[in-house]
Amino acid sequence: MELVERKLLTIVVESALESRLITDLGEAGIRGYTVTTARGAGVRGQREGDLQGGNVKVECVLGEDVAHTIFDLLHRQYFPHYACVAWLSPAMVARGENY
Amino acid sequence: MSELDVFSLAANNLFSPPVLAFVLGLIAVSVKSDLRLPEAFYQAISIYLLLGIGIKGGVALRNAELADIWLPLLVTLALGLTIPVAAFYLSGVVTKLDAVNRGALAAHYGSTSLVTFTAAMVFVETSGQFVEGFLVTLLAVLEIPGIIVGLLLASRGRKNAIAWGESLREVLAGRSIVLLVGGLALGAITGSRGFASIEPFFAGLFTGVLTLFLLELGIVAGRRLKDIRTAGVGVVVFGLTFPLLAGFLGVAGGLLSGLSVGGAALLGVLSASSSYIAAPTAVRLALPEASPGIYLTASLGITFPFNLIVGIPVYYWLSQSLEGVLSWNS
Repeated sequence: MELVERKLLTIVVESALESRLITDLGEAGIRGYTVTTARGAGVRGQREGDLQGGNVKVECVLGEDVAHTIFDLLHRQYFPHYACVAWLSPAMVARGENY
Repeated sequence: MSELDVFSLAANNLFSPPVLAFVLGLIAVSVKSDLRLPEAFYQAISIYLLLGIGIKGGVALRNAELADIWLPLLVTLALGLTIPVAAFYLSGVVTKLDAVNRGALAAHYGSTSLVTFTAAMVFVETSGQFVEGFLVTLLAVLEIPGIIVGLLLASRGRKNAIAWGESLREVLAGRSIVLLVGGLALGAITGSRGFASIEPFFAGLFTGVLTLFLLELGIVAGRRLKDIRTAGVGVVVFGLTFPLLAGFLGVAGGLLSGLSVGGAALLGVLSASSSYIAAPTAVRLALPEASPGIYLTASLGITFPFNLIVGIPVYYWLSQSLEGVLSWNS
């Protein structure tokens, strides 16, 4: 089975924004993603243990160009006022045509 | 029932299991305990409480006369529109917050806290005082308008448009409203006969479950307390004094609209309480620039404990005291 190189985009955001983020990812053309519950703290301060249930971590495999589109979106609409971080890492996947 | 002075009332309230459990939660945080209720369990309890309150209110609604309800409903709606406006402008008097943050506060204080209402209901009922069961309907009425008015007031301080659709959908389709309104409908349809079959679960166990719930809330509120320092003195002053004003308006409105002493006291509690589940989510989505460190700390860290420990007996005592002056329906 041949593996091709793609990118893994990981976004951690406060859980209240999960629906909005998934919708935005969908509009950018990303159809597959995985969500896990997360908690933690960010460099800017507090935001842990609210009644709202902490954070979610959203991961998706995508091509690098789509990744840059998403980063632009995060930069405009998420980073300024919400607790949100994102990072890109390399990933080797099978069935590369899906991403 | 005999008229107790405000201190006896306060003691009765403080020494009840739910409020003591809340205090235990605060203590747990102060000694840095790792005690937390499991998330799923906490969610399950909140569903139980919401549905239980809704159903009981629905059963009472079915047994009530329209003549008894329409005026309190009208007064509640008026309160739902007045209180957030008052919060918006009065918070500007004691704090230097901008319009967005004050609008966020208005959305919180204009809405209600189900748990404060539940604790107050338990308190008034164990005092032997009668409460109109349809108060729950008033709770449902008071949930939403305050949030909308608060967001509207805040929107005047923002450049971008508010994400109305998303916020309102979150609130209206959210657990609180669905269970509350659905419970009301369920209770109204099934009536007392149907309720008898679930009474051991939703009535017998109720106070005990509330005790567990307040333990967790004590822990969550306790964690919020350290944010008081960054929130500032003005927010603390607002969080402690505004509920008294709003509570007074609620009690007065309740008595004037023909509610009993117990009912008016609860309307006072509803008016004085501030939301910390429905409103924060709506505000977070609609007003990203508003700081949770302010509105959540005020609502959950300051006002909720205040109302629970001091407010409930005070609004009840107010209702008793004003009954002779304002009530025409005794």
